[in-house]
Amino acid sequence: MCWECYSCVKACPQNAIDVRGYADFAPLGHSVRVLREEEKGTVSWKVKFRNGEEKNFVSPIRTTKWGSIKSASDYEEPAKSAFKNQELAHEPEALNIPKLPDLVVKTPDQETT
Amino acid sequence: MGLFTNRKTHFVDSDVLIIGGGMAGCGATYESRYWGRDLKIVCVEKANIERSGAVAQGLYAINTYMGMQWDENKPEDHVRYARNDLMGLVREDLGYDIARHVDSCVHKFEEWGLPMMKDPETGRYQREGKWQIMIHGESYKPIVAEAATKAASEIYNRIMITHLLMDKTKANRVSGAVGFNVRTGDFYVFQAKAVIICAGGASHIYKPRSVGEGMGRTWYAPWSTGSAYALPILVGAKMTQMENRIVLARFKDGYGPVGAYFLHLKTYTENGNGEEYESKWYDHTKALVGDYIDRQPVPTCLRNHAFLEELKAGRGPIRMVTKEAFQDPHKETVGWENFLGMTIGQAVVWASQNIDPKHTNPELTTSEPYVMGSHATCSGAWASGPEDCAPDDYQWGYNRMMTVDGLFGAGDTIGGAAHKFSSGSFTEGRIAAKAAVNYIKDLGKDNPKVSEEEYENLKKEIFKPMENYEIGRNEITAGTVSPSYLLPMHGLQRLEKIMDEYVGGIGANYITNEPLLTRGLELLDMLKEDLDKLGAEDFHQLQRAWELHHRVIASESVTHHTMFRQETRWPGYYYRGDHPKLDDTDWHCFTLSKYDRESGEWEMEKAPVHHIID
Repeated sequence: MCWECYSCVKACPQNAIDVRGYADFAPLGHSVRVLREEEKGTVSWKVKFRNGEEKNFVSPIRTTKWGSIKSASDYEEPAKSAFKNQELAHEPEALNIPKLPDLVVKTPDQETT
Repeated sequence: MGLFTNRKTHFVDSDVLIIGGGMAGCGATYESRYWGRDLKIVCVEKANIERSGAVAQGLYAINTYMGMQWDENKPEDHVRYARNDLMGLVREDLGYDIARHVDSCVHKFEEWGLPMMKDPETGRYQREGKWQIMIHGESYKPIVAEAATKAASEIYNRIMITHLLMDKTKANRVSGAVGFNVRTGDFYVFQAKAVIICAGGASHIYKPRSVGEGMGRTWYAPWSTGSAYALPILVGAKMTQMENRIVLARFKDGYGPVGAYFLHLKTYTENGNGEEYESKWYDHTKALVGDYIDRQPVPTCLRNHAFLEELKAGRGPIRMVTKEAFQDPHKETVGWENFLGMTIGQAVVWASQNIDPKHTNPELTTSEPYVMGSHATCSGAWASGPEDCAPDDYQWGYNRMMTVDGLFGAGDTIGGAAHKFSSGSFTEGRIAAKAAVNYIKDLGKDNPKVSEEEYENLKKEIFKPMENYEIGRNEITAGTVSPSYLLPMHGLQRLEKIMDEYVGGIGANYITNEPLLTRGLELLDMLKEDLDKLGAEDFHQLQRAWELHHRVIASESVTHHTMFRQETRWPGYYYRGDHPKLDDTDWHCFTLSKYDRESGEWEMEKAPVHHIID
């Protein structure tokens, strides 16, 4: 049981893995091939139809350098008081709004306006 | 037990143990480190976290983003939307909690390097729909996994967790988990102060549309094997809404998603005669569900219902009208890249069948049912809510802690919080992790302890399929059929057939009733007994054997819940033929279950749905 996720196809350093569609519903003569280039930051696709028609697509995969993510432990340690409030790491700054929204809780099961 | 006495056992001590390294697991790992600087954070995953979980092949959209910075939506609006889509029944406290935090996660993804599409005029994220934003997400998972890898003390790839361990000093408290390496067969005992289950929901519990080579081409990943449910069920955690399986309209055979097509490309559906059909079923649907059909947007299950009725009336196939939209080269590119970015198999189907949506309107189908608590459905564990806004009876401890002490969950695992998707699952992982760190700090020196007797017994149980195979194969004189063991695939096919025929799968037009469910449970009981006789010839098959165990227990839960709810709440997802209408008087409530491992009994109860948002 393969999901056709192409993770193995993309990862193979020799580009040695090819895929054909499942025989239950995919007539022969097609191909969907991929080239994922981390250093260029792109993934390229070549779709070939059974009738020979071709379509090509290229998309970006990442805007930053691989390995560049700042570790959670490289941030300043949270204050003791922060442990029991509702904010998660980097909040509220990372929300891009001044503070975490508060819910004005209505009494359960009572209709309010 | 002479055959396997030399098997290596590894002991891993941890503070926070995260089971499953998908989106929820990566969120949990990251946040555990942020709050627990001095803690040992261990994430264990049966594949490799760089490409594991439902986001393995990428995503073309993030389905849950508020856009609070631009006043696009408020968290309350998302709760109303999910509540409406799920026919009134969601845990509003859990949904609100995710919605208020999700934007900060998405902003981090962008900072980490995920390419976001931007609206050229406003510079804001490109909206696909009210809640969805468009991304070039081929590397979404590797990027998120990089953040988690840096945060973890240790990541254990290729270890399948089969069971949780309970504390030998205190009742109803978790102490760790056991599993095995799917490559080497080594046995692992993880001891932990808190465990966060971030495993996958359940695909392949129902017979899929293709049962030959294409059996793997399902809507959801075949590696989502119900561990999200089986692990907590087996230690007696309460579960909720397990009957709330989901059926989705998808492009035929490849199961390519329709979201971008409907929302961004503005394509629409028609029947086999080229006619609009949904409005024709309005009165019929209203007779079943009342004014739920008048709500906007129309709940997904009710749109499915019209689709199914139109097919039954003999006016199939249902097609997506793409020919108009695809004349625009930009839209054509979006339409193709949408699949290449997240459902490559659909592009394979179209290429093989010469379906170019510029010239041919492709067929749609409805999927077999799935149980996926992170998607547009509410199945999962019953969890404690956020301290500041959960009603009292939804709160008994730490946020996202289940009814077992020290056991937390996120993503597919936690019930009641529909419409999380990738970003919401990551968010919920973060929420659970902060709570788990607080739990550990409050424990002080009262540490849970694993029981040697328990893990030694489990070790024997876990490797039994290999022993069954070693012994049983000697009875075979020719061919491969053994009189004394079943292969995991045999068991899976029997499970799918039972669920399909008795619990409302595609073969039964999604209909079931009490006599069918009763018979289904009898057959599931026999299947459970036969699981002791599974045979595994290698470690890969051993993994398949335990995935089957997890699917079967999840399926049993689904069947009991379906039996308990005596109404048809979500026509289009499933029908109780003996209770064909929605019944708000008796069933505007959650269904809860608790499994007793010793007796094998299921205890069912109702819990109120509290509306904390108008």
